[in-house]
Order: sequence, then C-alpha cells, then structure tokens
Amino acid sequence: MSNAVSALEGAEFNGFAEVREIGLQGMITLRGDLGSKAMAGAVKSATGLKLPELRRIEQAEGQAVAWMSPDELLVMVPYEDVQKTLVALDKALKGTHYMAVDVSDARAVFQVTGPAAGDVIAKLAPIDMGALATGEIRRSRLAQIPAAFWLVGDDTVSGTVQVVCFRSVAQYGFDLLKTAAENGTEVGFLA
Amino acid sequence: MSTRLATHGRLLDKSRPLTFTFNGKSFKGVEGDTLASALLANDQMMIGRSFKYHRPRGLVASGAEEPNGLVNMGEGGKFEPNQRVTTTELFDGLTCKSQNHWPSLDYDIGAINNHMARFMPAGFYYKTFMFPRFAWKHVFEPVIRMSAGLGNAPKDRDADTYEHFYAFVDVLVIGGGVAGLQAAKAAGDAGAKVLLIEQTAHWGGRAAVDGGTVDGVPVQAFIDATIDALDAMPNVQMRHRMMGAGVYDHGYVLGYERLTDHAPKTAGPRHRLWRICAAQTITATGALERGLSFAGNDIPGVLLASAVRDYAVNFGVSVGDRTVVVTNNDDAYRTAISLKEAGLDVPVILDARPTGGGALADAARALGIRVENGKAIASVQGGKRVTGVAICDQAGEGAVLEEIRCDCVAMSGGWSPVVHLWSHCGGKLNWDDDAVHFRPDPDRPPTGAKGEAFVITAGNASGEMDLHSVLQDADKAGKSAAKASGHAPTRTAAPTGESAPEAVMMAIWLMPHGAPIKLRAKSWLDYQNDVKVSDIQLAAQEGYESVEHAKRYTTLGMATDQGKLSNINGLATLANALDAEIPQVGTTTFRPPYTPISMGAIGGEARGDIFQPIRRTPMQGWHEANNGDFEPVGHWRRVFCYPKADETREQAAHREVLATRASLGLLDASTLGKIIVKGPDAGKFLDMLYTNMMSTLKPGRCRYGLMCSENGFLMDDGVVARIDDDTFLCHTTTGGAERIHAHMEEWLQTEWWDWQVYAANVTEQYAQIAVVGPNARKLLQKLTDEDVSNDAFSFMGWSDLTLGHIKARVFRISFSGELSYEIAVSASQGRALWDRLLVAGKEFGVTPYGTEALHIMRAEKGFIMIGDETDGTVIPQDLGLNWAISKKKTDYLGKRAQQRSHMADPDRWKLVGLKTLDGGTLPDGAYIVGEGVNANGQRRVIGRVTSTYHSPTLGYGIAFALLLHGPDRMGEVVNVAMIDDVDVPAQVCDLVFFDKDGEKQNV
Repeated sequence: MSNAVSALEGAEFNGFAEVREIGLQGMITLRGDLGSKAMAGAVKSATGLKLPELRRIEQAEGQAVAWMSPDELLVMVPYEDVQKTLVALDKALKGTHYMAVDVSDARAVFQVTGPAAGDVIAKLAPIDMGALATGEIRRSRLAQIPAAFWLVGDDTVSGTVQVVCFRSVAQYGFDLLKTAAENGTEVGFLA
Repeated sequence: MSTRLATHGRLLDKSRPLTFTFNGKSFKGVEGDTLASALLANDQMMIGRSFKYHRPRGLVASGAEEPNGLVNMGEGGKFEPNQRVTTTELFDGLTCKSQNHWPSLDYDIGAINNHMARFMPAGFYYKTFMFPRFAWKHVFEPVIRMSAGLGNAPKDRDADTYEHFYAFVDVLVIGGGVAGLQAAKAAGDAGAKVLLIEQTAHWGGRAAVDGGTVDGVPVQAFIDATIDALDAMPNVQMRHRMMGAGVYDHGYVLGYERLTDHAPKTAGPRHRLWRICAAQTITATGALERGLSFAGNDIPGVLLASAVRDYAVNFGVSVGDRTVVVTNNDDAYRTAISLKEAGLDVPVILDARPTGGGALADAARALGIRVENGKAIASVQGGKRVTGVAICDQAGEGAVLEEIRCDCVAMSGGWSPVVHLWSHCGGKLNWDDDAVHFRPDPDRPPTGAKGEAFVITAGNASGEMDLHSVLQDADKAGKSAAKASGHAPTRTAAPTGESAPEAVMMAIWLMPHGAPIKLRAKSWLDYQNDVKVSDIQLAAQEGYESVEHAKRYTTLGMATDQGKLSNINGLATLANALDAEIPQVGTTTFRPPYTPISMGAIGGEARGDIFQPIRRTPMQGWHEANNGDFEPVGHWRRVFCYPKADETREQAAHREVLATRASLGLLDASTLGKIIVKGPDAGKFLDMLYTNMMSTLKPGRCRYGLMCSENGFLMDDGVVARIDDDTFLCHTTTGGAERIHAHMEEWLQTEWWDWQVYAANVTEQYAQIAVVGPNARKLLQKLTDEDVSNDAFSFMGWSDLTLGHIKARVFRISFSGELSYEIAVSASQGRALWDRLLVAGKEFGVTPYGTEALHIMRAEKGFIMIGDETDGTVIPQDLGLNWAISKKKTDYLGKRAQQRSHMADPDRWKLVGLKTLDGGTLPDGAYIVGEGVNANGQRRVIGRVTSTYHSPTLGYGIAFALLLHGPDRMGEVVNVAMIDDVDVPAQVCDLVFFDKDGEKQNV
C-alpha cells in the first residue's frame, strides 16, 4: 500500500494561520441503529470510544467517532487500520441491519492551526466558530462545497480546526483555505 | 468661491498634504479630507451633469445621501464608476473624472436637453417612444443608450480581492454616532456580545458638529470616553468603515466593510461582506436633512445647511464667502452661527416660519446676523454657480422683495430619520405631524420566527431629535436588545444630554407657497434624475395616485442615491397634488442595500481558480501534463481527447477510437457514480428503482439497468454489480451520482422508511479505469497471476484481483463493444495504477482516450446516452429498450406512468439509426421534416437527431434520431432539415452500426 497518496500529498500554506493537508486518514461510514446496544458495543470494540451524542465527536489518540446523522457515524482510525476495523465492526454487528463502508479515499482532510484559525473558517463557512466547542462537529459548507469541522483534541488554546471535504474538490478546498489565511487579510474578530 | 479655511477642520491632519487629480487637473488636499471636501477646497464647485437635462451639478450633501457628486474613480483594474465623492476618503494619487457629459464638464452638448425641458415632461420616454414600434429598437434605443448612463462601464478585470465573513453576535449596533455608542455601551454592560459598526471612519456621528453637552462635559469628551470604555470591553467589537447594508429575515444582516478604499496600496481585500447573524439589531442610523423646493435649488452652491456646516467644521472648507441660510426649522441656525464663527459672511437667514425660531435664532441675532421671518427664496440666480437669491414672502406667489448677492445657499427642510434598515424587513412607520417626518412605529417592528421584534431603533433613527432624548432612547434600546438576547441589563441611568431648545418647525413643501408653474418647473426634488415639483404634479394629474406608480413614471428616487434626499419631499408634493394626507400616500418600499455595494464584495472569494469548485479525479494531474483537452461534465473536467502535436480535437478523437478498436485504449472513468446499497431489502428496493429485475442478479455478476422517475421518464442508467446477498453496487452516470443517491434516500426516508436498506455514495472512494480493446485481457493478465480467461472471468462478471500490489475490483463490462474491463481501485492508488497500465500497455500501443472517443464508440454500438437520447421527456420504450423493462414485476418507479395513454401512444417518436446517403455527418439536434405544413404554416416535424458522429471505424456519418413510427420505416429515406433550407436525405437504419453480434466483446 506504499503507493497510496492523499489528494494533495500533504500540501501546506503558512499565512496568518497554518493550513495543512494531513494526508491519508482512515474513515468508515457506519450506518445502523445508533440506539442499539450492538452499535455501542461495536464502536467500543473497534475504537475504544463511546457513541457520540447528537452533533458531537468522541476523540482519542488516533481514533475518533463523529455523529453524522440520526443513523450514521463516521469512524476515524489510522489509514492502515481500516480493514482491521471493518472486520471488527462486521463481527460485532453480524446479524443486525447495518452498513460499514470504507470512505478513507473519498475525502481530503485539512488542519487549520493558529490563534486565528477560527477567523479563517468563518470567512468560508456559515457557522459560529466562536461557539464551536471541543467535542462538537459541524457539517456545513466551505464556500461552495460540503465540509465538516471540529476542534482537534481538547486543546482550545492552540486552536486547530480539522476540516473534511470530498477528495475531488481537495484542491478547491485547499485554495479556499489558503486564500482565507493569506497574510494581510486578518479579521481579528474571533481572535 | 469655495476655499480652505485657515482655522477649523477637526477631522484633518493639515501637516499631511495629499495630491490627486480631477479630470486630469492636479489638486491638493490633506489627510482626513473626503474627495468632496478636497474638491471644494480647490474651488471645484461643479462636479457633474444631471442625468436627463445635463444641468450643471455641484455637491448638495456631505454624506451617503449625496445625489450629485459621483465620479469615475481610478484607472485600469482599479476603475469604478459612480463613486460618491462625499463618502470617498481622499488618498494620495487618487484620480477621478466627472460623469455624464460630452465633450467636457464645462461645455456639454447634452445640456441642450435643458432648453428642451418643456418638451420633456414626466413620462416623456413612455409617451414619445411608443410608436412606431420598430423605431424603438432601431432608432430610439441606440440614441438614448449613447447619451444615457452616468459612469462608464469598467473594461478591465478588477485588480482587487474581496471576501466574506460570517459573524454571530447577540447585539449588532448599526451606526457609531452618540446613539450607537450609548446603545452598544448599554448592551455591552449587560454582558451581551456586541458588534458596533459605523459606515464612516469616525465615531460620534454629527454630534460633535452640532454641539451640546453630556453629563456636563462637551459631547466630544463623552464620545472619547465612551469609545475608550467600549474598547476595554472584551465582549464588544467596534468596526468603522463598515456600513449596515441590509436587514433580512431571521436576524440576518449584511455589513459592508471597506478595508482599503482609503488606502488602495495596502495589502488585503478591498471590501469584506459581513454576513451577520444577530439575535437583536439596533439601528442607530441617524437622520438625513431634506432640502427645500424653490426655483433654482439645483444650481451649484445650493447645499444642505448641515453639509455647509460639516464642510466648515469637519474639513475647514468654506463653500462660499457669503452664505444665505433658508430654513423651516431651528437646526439650520447652527450653520449660520458656525459660519459666522469661522469669520464668514451670512447676509441673511430666511426663516419661512412667520413666528421664526427659538434660542438658536436669538443666538444668531446676537452675532449680528440678519434674520427674516416668513420669508422665502423666490429663485436662485446663477448658472454654473450661485450668484445671488431673490427673496419673497413664503405666503405669496413669489413677488420679489429684494435681491441679495451670495455664492452659497444653505437650505434646511427638516430632518428625516434614516428608517431604511428598520423598514427592510417589514418595520412600519408613523407620520409625525409635529416633527414633520416618518418615524418607526415601535409597535410594528420587523418580527422573527416567534413573532418577536428583532430590530430596535435608537436615537435620531427613532425620531428622537434632541441630544438628551437621543441618549435616553439609545440607552433603552441597548438595554432592551441585551435583555431580548438573554442578558440582564444594568440599572445604570442613561447620561444626561443638554442642547439648545428648538422652536417647532413648519412643514414647507414648496417655496413660496403659491409658486407658479414657472418656478415649480425649476424646483428640483430629485437632482440626479431631474425630477421637479412640476413633474410630480403632472404625474398626479395624469392619474398616478400610488406613490409607487408615480415613482416609476417620473423616476423620482430611482437614481443611485435611491431618493435619500428626494423621497419625502416628493411624496409630500404628491400628497398635496392629490389633496391627500402624507400618511395616506405613504412611502415607497425601502430595499437593501442602503447604499450601493460593490459586485466584488458580493462575489467574495469566488474568482479565478476558486470561482467554482472543479472536481478532479486522481489522474487529473496526468491528463493535464499530457495535453488533455477538457470539457465540463457537471463540476468535473473530463478529458474530451488528448491531441498530439498539430492534431485537431476531431482528429485526436478519431485516432483514439481506431487505436482502441485495433489494440488497446485506457479511459479515466473515475467520475462514474458509485452507490453501495445494502440490507435485507436491498434487492426489493432496486427492483423498485430499476425497470428491470435486479434481485435475481447473482453475486459476482453485473447487469445493466434503467432508472425512471415516478412520471416514467428515463433519468439514469448504469451497471449494477451484486457484491453479496445483501449488497449491491450501483453505477450511475457521471452527472447522476449525487442526484441518484438523493433519489434513493428520498424514497427510503419518505416512502419505504420501514425497508431495511442503507445507501452510501462511494463515488470518490474509487478511481476507475476502463481498459478497452482486443488486447485488454493480455494487459490484465500481465498484472495478475489469477486466471482472467473468458471461462474464468466471463462477460458481465466482476472479480477482486490484485494487480501488482494494488487491490482492485474488476468489472468485465463494455460500453464500446470491445473486450473491456473497468478496474476500480482506491482513489489514493488511482494514479499508481494508471501509470502501471501505461507502462505495461506500452507493447500494445496503449492509447488513453477521452469522452469523445467514448461517445463515438458507444454510438457505433447503438448504446444510448443519458442526456443525449434523453431530455426528461423520453421513456425507455421510446428508445427501444423494452428488453430492459421487466414484465414480471408488479411494480417499479415509473411503471404506471408508462401505461398512461400518451405514454403508450404508438405515435410517440421512437429511436432509430440514421445514415446519410452521401456519408456526411448530420448536425446535432437537426429536425426531420415530413410532408406538408402544420397549423402555423411551418414544415411538419416528424423527428430529431439526438446523437451524431463521424465514425472513424466505418468511415461515414452515423446518427441516432427519435422519429415518428421510426422502427416501421427501416430502409426509408427521410429528409433532415438544415438551417440553410437545403434538406439532407438520410436512410433509416438499425441502431447498431458495428459488430451487431457482439463478437468483439464476447471473446
């Protein structure tokens, strides 16, 4: 699998915030009955994390589970662990009605870092970055493309925002973030 | 003449001189000037020409309401027309030109219209250019277009950048005058998150010019202290050079921030459009002064009294040496007093009120100024510049009592609260008879989703006109807004303001009261659009009773200033002409934006590379590096063909077809939609979605299917692969992926919510490459040890293979009629596989091909294409696809619709092949014509061409057509109409032009 490359192969930009494509990230779309014990058990056994509440994301080192809709989760694991995780989920959910599919290569993931990271996002997404708390996830848009946002880890001080969009528009997404983070365009509203 | 005063100029830094040009002439200004004040300081009184009569126009106002002072600004990529000089901050190197004149500002040929004014009354254009009808397009319109228009259209691409910003606040305060400052303070003190915005570069509004004290200190000290206090509050943000442009539903407000207009060499965006969500919005937007309607009130040198005062106090500029003040209220006396204090001459104050003014009038008299009560201006003398006024009684018909020489007239017809933002979203107004203006009715505010008010006015914008009540009102507004957004206001009392008490004003809509037509026809209401008192009266006389109709008939208030100066005077004139009360006539509708905002700001970041998202496949980089010629397919850019050296697109596509049919071609098919459908009911679900049977498909096999809308029309097609008992993979067209996924979700969520099915769009998870041609299997075999022989891997089967180290799912399907495999790998490995196939395929002369070659090959084989053969009105039966429609199924989406009489009509056009007799290629979309003519005398149409290509394989043109009774006409020759009226004969034939038995793909 050594020839697998992310859409932008780790592109970076340093403006008044830092923009970086973080490379390949394992992602699994998991659909099923989020209220069932089987689902909670499957997620726990596959990632060690509990089921996220509505519009929230559970995060631990290298793993995360995000609420996407009333019957859909996004399970994030290291890229090389996806097949292993799929097997674990399949085993735990066998006999129930569910769906677990690998979408790791369908996405591009960026991190926007710096005290003014929120201002960069707020130029492009109609969301209240000032009110976005750790552990929350927002599915919205980045200018003209769908995107999801959350704060990385539990460190609100360093202010790293994770942005996920579709792979085919990775270049557009990166160019947007780069334009919004350009020096001289600081807003100073959230930071 | 207008000139710079030695003293005064509180906004200026006279130590920093600036240079700029107007109509190529070099002028000097200083830091802090607006373009307007700098022009006046250089005695440039005349700034443009009016729209209709081309009359000389000078400044009237000092702010956003200015109707005349518009210029073409900048050059090249920085050029912008209609820039308002009063709101343009001067910077070094500014260049501008006046507008709407030819050949020059001083001598304008269009001014002849002025002498024709008698023949150009209200509705002139409507009345004159109605007949003859043809003349409008060929005579009138071209001439009018030549002479019309204010500024020039920009020719170059905008050199600046723009952006948006989404902000969420508890309380948005629009307007940074004393009311806005106090409201922000009160809301901020309560702990609300406050954003305070001010359109100019200065805080405090006009309070510092008008004077007064707050809590015993001069108002400027109060302003400074409040700014400091707000600055220190972490929950309050202040932004100047930012206008509240519009208020919309749900507390959504547009803010227009002008970042570099005043310093165009600074890096960063020129404008930022703020898209603000505010729980509560306070409009502290102040008030605008109105002019008075007297003859010659448009001659350069006649200004609003407040503007004359602003230019003197703020910018140290005297508009004239001798200023006559004419008023119906006390406020204008402040102008006379400040001019006198600046050492200028005020020969007389004409106060139209018989009883005159109050304390301010006494103060003026004490300074030795002559004050005449009950007097008015009969007419202003002068052409390009005021030279004097003729004085009369306000009560009479304008008999001249006296003439006074002067070079400036300062007029005041009273103040109108700026109610625009309050009104944008439905806030209602009341007419205040005493104050003679419309003011917001707090009982009828703009309301939110729960019926609650979400806009509160403060200060002058509420109709509170004296300093004390302004502060009380603003404080209350700030506290109310904080409370409404969930914060507890403090009990701190509002500051106490003190200003000179004012006598009651008097409504004066025409000066003198009984002015005859000769005077009324020279009494301007709308300066920019040349609407006079007489025009409104004529409109009323002709039956235009509604203010909205009168506005459009006369163009009152339709210019770039949107009638900020003229509306109230205009509708009062209309009310008088109709013998109605002003509130009965009402106002026209206030619509955003408050003043024009740049197109660039609306577009924001969306320009150049990020104008719109371009979807890229994992192999896009290779296509770009190898001369791929792209065509848009939705947001994707797919390769149309890969031209070599001097090939045309057509030649390249033909080469690609021949190379593929002869040996081996490669196609990037990654854009095809891929949707996984899983669950115990997946088979049942797909049986409903597709016209044919999918539930009987065996794992490991593929089947082509058609999807129809519930109205029976063909909407998508593609190959379905069964992965396992519970799981299917549905391929859709490139443009169909998102649409079909949404279609599936809609049925699953709204109709068949109890079916156990999940769908996931995995289009972007996979790169897909079609390996096509007689040598396709040899290439595949080179990359895998597994058996890919026809026996082991038959047509319409799929198999998981490892190609090199890359895990792939390979579908043996064909859209070209050749032996063909579509290889799906994770998108992250798409480029690696593509490169490997190119290397391994070298011995077979592997040829990457584009969408045109794909289209040609599918047409040669008689395969339909969604979007070519279908257009939303075509059903599968029209295309002869009955074989793909299950007769066993009791239902599928579209089944019942297809049984309706019109759908089952044997006269529906049916798809057939067409071959021209001369081997030429038909134009796409051409009509097939029958005998005779229809009811309209047009040739009867019996069909149309849906796809047409030159087939390089066969050496002649091939086409598909939907044709009346098509399948019954095999061998018949039909006529295809060309746009040059010569019919081309073509023979009706079978759809499959090449390898009808499928020998090439079944090897």
